[in-house]
Amino acid sequence: MEPLLAILVGLFFAAAIYLMLSKFSIRIMLGIAILGNAVNLLLFTGGRLTREVPPIIPAGLDSLPAGTANPLPQALILTAIVISFSFLAFLLVLTYRAYQDLGTDNTSDMRAAEPDDRPLPPSGY
Amino acid sequence: MAAPTSTVDLSAALITVPVPIGHWLAILPVAHCITLGAVLLMLRGYPRLQAWLAIPGLAALALIDAALLAKVAADGPLTMVMGRWLPPFGIAFTVDLFGALMAFTAALAALAGGIYALADIGESGRRYGFFPLLMLLMAGVTGAFLTGDIFNLYVWFEVLLISSFGLIILGSEREQIDGALKYAVLNLIATTLFLVGVGILYAAFGTLNMADIAAKAGDLRGTAPLMTLASLFLLAFGMKAAAFPVNFWLPAAYHTPRIVVSALFAGLLTKVGIYALIRVMVMLLPVERQELSPVIALAAAATIVVGALGALAENDIRRLFGYVVISGIGNMLAGVALGGLGGISGAVFYALHSMVLMTALYLAAGEIARRGGGFSLSALGGLYRQSGGFTALSLVLFLAACGLPPFSGFWPKVILVKASLDLGAWWLAASILVGGFLTTIAFGRLFLLAYWRPAAIALTPSGPRWRTGLPLAALTALVIGFGILPEQLLALSQSAAAGLADPQAYLHSVFPEGRAP
Repeated sequence: MEPLLAILVGLFFAAAIYLMLSKFSIRIMLGIAILGNAVNLLLFTGGRLTREVPPIIPAGLDSLPAGTANPLPQALILTAIVISFSFLAFLLVLTYRAYQDLGTDNTSDMRAAEPDDRPLPPSGY
Repeated sequence: MAAPTSTVDLSAALITVPVPIGHWLAILPVAHCITLGAVLLMLRGYPRLQAWLAIPGLAALALIDAALLAKVAADGPLTMVMGRWLPPFGIAFTVDLFGALMAFTAALAALAGGIYALADIGESGRRYGFFPLLMLLMAGVTGAFLTGDIFNLYVWFEVLLISSFGLIILGSEREQIDGALKYAVLNLIATTLFLVGVGILYAAFGTLNMADIAAKAGDLRGTAPLMTLASLFLLAFGMKAAAFPVNFWLPAAYHTPRIVVSALFAGLLTKVGIYALIRVMVMLLPVERQELSPVIALAAAATIVVGALGALAENDIRRLFGYVVISGIGNMLAGVALGGLGGISGAVFYALHSMVLMTALYLAAGEIARRGGGFSLSALGGLYRQSGGFTALSLVLFLAACGLPPFSGFWPKVILVKASLDLGAWWLAASILVGGFLTTIAFGRLFLLAYWRPAAIALTPSGPRWRTGLPLAALTALVIGFGILPEQLLALSQSAAAGLADPQAYLHSVFPEGRAP
């Protein structure tokens, strides 16, 4: 199970990095969305991967029997999902607003903060 | 059939004795910030009242952090766990001298920024939530400094990141949206890289508690991919801190927001990256830091020189200061690369100095623009003629940023240069000195053009305002104080570095009876 998920995580990362290298901001956003999922899967794979053995302590036992699922990565992923979802929402709104105000989604043309023809500092009085 | 009775002895996993009152200090700063942030958010409709609550709130935060620092300096590291669960089950807040020093200095910078904001942030900025976002930013920054759990550190990073997004966009001008987009995307990628590191760390160690990781790292060194982890953390935190190859988001974004927001970002956010880097590389993975030190040293030297050269080429003083921030980060990285007591204590001292100084520099930039009518070096002039007091104050800040005595930038550079010469890393010492020299030229030109040059337009005489003058003067007094009386801070940063290099006290505070599982 782990090797399969590891390959999937690798594919997700590759797709995310490919998309983030684009110069169009909407593709970068898609890349970030995939990146968030890649990391969540990575966290998930980092814990134990088991099928259909929920982490419930059976009656009469004191601790989890061996081979049960690890609940902690799921708690971590839950946190990470909430965070990456909220950030993606913010970034999508920001991208849309940037598209409206700057009139482009091409990051090479987004030069409002750093104009191309910035003056050099004066070399004398 | 009798119901099965549990015989688990939970006392090993739970706190069974009442928590001493003093230990609550460890979480009080964060709880205070979040509570106040929530209250301020509810007072959205009353901008005037927000300011009246926020400034005493920030002052109270500084007092709490001072009490925490005094307690940690007296009694050693302090641990507070959540929900009575002991680590590694419960999330721990562990405060050592390093974290407490950083938190206290951050609170001072935030208080100065808050007072400055009374004049700088107008009614609309307050309606858009400047003060609640500032409090939540402080919650994130303080939480990152005080937490003892690495996933918790990630969460605080996100808290400060989302608040900083809100702050950087305040005003919604075109430049701000452009800058915010670059800032947001690159910082989010850096934090995600950090999360990747946390995932691999958990897979390797099975724990997220920093003390637990530090204790277990020695045994796992042969089998776990610790070098990969260290490199990932170096890249992620280096990006956060704007170290050389991944620094370009900073000068693209830091000059766009309101000046007080720039000041807080320059003072606090990059230092959180450096803090996390020192915490992870020095305390958790010391052997990997040793092996990576040539890479870190190269990045440090490049950061120093690139930052200083960038500062030389800038016409806008806010962008110039942005490059000075980067150059300072290089000095702290040099300390991390050197390691040892000298290098780490130099980096700690530099971080504390830099928090105060960078906040003060950006506040001074705001004051320059108010008096001189803009940020462009080619248009400014005549500030000396206008006000001698402000000129003297700026000169102190400029000299401190260059690292000239007798101001605060001098001592950490002395420590760092001495540490690198002791190790025979002459080129690192040379790059620190050359960086200081280039920064001096940049500031010398800024002083010459903006202060000494006769004004092109007639400047209207504008007197000091206490809301901008007071925080600036207070921070400058700190810069002078650090420079003239460095012994106390030197001793504190040395014992902070000693605590990082040999975390026995930290481990003991988390696992009191050596109960590491």
